[in-house]
Amino acid sequence: MITKTELQKLNKEANDIRIKTLETIAHLGVGHVGGSLSVVEILTLLYFKEMNIDPKNPKMIGRDLLVLSKGHSGPALYSTLALRGFFPLDWLKTLNKGGTNLPSHCDRTKTPGIDMTTGSLGQGLSAACGMALACRIDNLDNYTFAIIGDGETDEGQNWEAAMFASQYKLNKLIAFTDYNKLQLDGTAESVMDLGDIEGKWRTFGWNVYRCDGHDIASIESKIELAKLSNNKPNMIILDTVKGKGAAFAENKLTNHNMVVSPETATEAIDELKKEL
Amino acid sequence: MQIRDGKPTREAYGKAMLELAANDSNIYVVDCDIGKSCKTVPFSQQFPNQHVNVGIAEQNALGVGAGLATTGKIPFVTTYAVFGSMRMLEQIRQEVCYPQLNVKIACSHGGFTPANDGASHQGIEDIGIFRTIPNMTIVAPADYESAFELVKAAAKYDGPVYLRFTRDAVPSIYKSDDKFEIGKAVELNKGSDVTIICTGDILSKGVLATQQLEKEGISVKLLDMHTVKPLDKEAVLKAIKETKAIVTVEDHNIINGLGSAVAEVVAETGGCKFKRIGIQDQFGESAPYEHLLAKNGITVENIVDTCKKML
Ligand SMILES: Cc1ncc(C[n+]2csc(CCOP(=O)(O)OP(=O)(O)O)c2C)c(N)n1
Ligand SMILES: [Mg+2]
Repeated sequence: MITKTELQKLNKEANDIRIKTLETIAHLGVGHVGGSLSVVEILTLLYFKEMNIDPKNPKMIGRDLLVLSKGHSGPALYSTLALRGFFPLDWLKTLNKGGTNLPSHCDRTKTPGIDMTTGSLGQGLSAACGMALACRIDNLDNYTFAIIGDGETDEGQNWEAAMFASQYKLNKLIAFTDYNKLQLDGTAESVMDLGDIEGKWRTFGWNVYRCDGHDIASIESKIELAKLSNNKPNMIILDTVKGKGAAFAENKLTNHNMVVSPETATEAIDELKKEL
Repeated sequence: MQIRDGKPTREAYGKAMLELAANDSNIYVVDCDIGKSCKTVPFSQQFPNQHVNVGIAEQNALGVGAGLATTGKIPFVTTYAVFGSMRMLEQIRQEVCYPQLNVKIACSHGGFTPANDGASHQGIEDIGIFRTIPNMTIVAPADYESAFELVKAAAKYDGPVYLRFTRDAVPSIYKSDDKFEIGKAVELNKGSDVTIICTGDILSKGVLATQQLEKEGISVKLLDMHTVKPLDKEAVLKAIKETKAIVTVEDHNIINGLGSAVAEVVAETGGCKFKRIGIQDQFGESAPYEHLLAKNGITVENIVDTCKKML
């Protein structure tokens, strides 16, 4: 359970991450706004409460691990890691620029705190399975988290990983689907309907939970349930809004990768600041 | 040989597909949830019955394309170069090249052209990968005009073709009525001292290098090897005979691309002096296109210097 003061603190943190994410993308002028803003609450909860990590020792053995399989949402994770103290906030201004440590898609060799390189969709969940298995072999009692997109879920490799995780009883694997109902060419329903997404994961042998992906307390309660699992991997479906919190982007079909002018960003950031 | 501001070649792809479909109901596009980026959205709107979108599922896209082709349809499976040459690779070998099906693999984001999208999205190995697969044809158009024509040539050609396009604008060199034949290099300049052979998006650098060298009194033969496989061996043999040295230039890994293909001909015929310019067997990064090329010596100055040093 999260206390009321803790929740207030986390909500403020989420707001800061959202603002930094917008500033980061606006500084470059273009970026994956939609999918970055839809994962802010889950990243806040993981990095500011759930995960056992040490920003001063990002490679600490036995830490909790995250694979952001939808690697195009890097800007949100970079903002989270910077605010959590993994690296200086000025790094955010270098996003996607020559020589940067914060490339367009997550890169474990460049950014402190990034546990796995991603960018080509559909591959992260398999890597998370390998990580969870390795931790079990090494007798660690940490958790491996993974975040996949709903469009990304189209990739068949996810379902290969789903069977593997179930076969190997990876109970310390907790995955999230960022179910924002949009992919690149349109709505998930129109491009490739996921249908009964909960039922799909359940038949693959997973514990399945579902909640509002922008409600930190409710995500936390689902993670607590997932942590009780003793023989099944866990999928938490997060109902989210692509572009959440920025009026210019929220739920727009064009919000996948968009141009963001300084004025547009400032307007959205001013709105967010009012919420603080 | 005049360089003008140009457009991304992926736009030529989208436009050529409209013209093709207007004249042939067998032309299909199989999209992988990046139709917006690969410029096939107008096609999907104007020819909804000749369009499918499989979602983010490249392996399935290729299989669906192969199946469509078994009944005489001509599918263009459309994605980015990294995914087209690697994610669906074994499927291409088993379901298209081996059974000789008439499937085109049409890919945007070739080489460093996705620039700040970073290494994960820069297809720098595609030509080398496809060179090693029997029955595959590889076409890398240099500009908007040639891309438009070569897409149409690929549709007419019976068999697997890999088409490589650019994300960003590249300078235009050709005129809209220039003609192209798959497998046949274009001689853009006649010369007797040195031959520069280019493929794809960096041809404009070959043009500028040629102009610079000619100003300095060096006679340059410039070839656009838009088809890397089957390589126009005749054109290479002629270059060996007519000039004293050959330099190849490509926005692709130095291993197994255009340079390697030309080197095979040069080596087996006793050849001439020879140098390759290309990506130095290293991944790119999120950075501007010109910055990435310069980091690998793919610049006009380096082409000029390399040519001079060999003479
Ligand atoms: C294998 C692969 N195919 C295609 C792409 C191009 N791409 C990048 S993001 C994206 C859409 C992702 O949709 P979704 O998973 O729903 O992410 P979100 O809505 O959270 O941005 C696509 C098709 C890719 N990165 N990797
Ligand atoms: Mg989505």
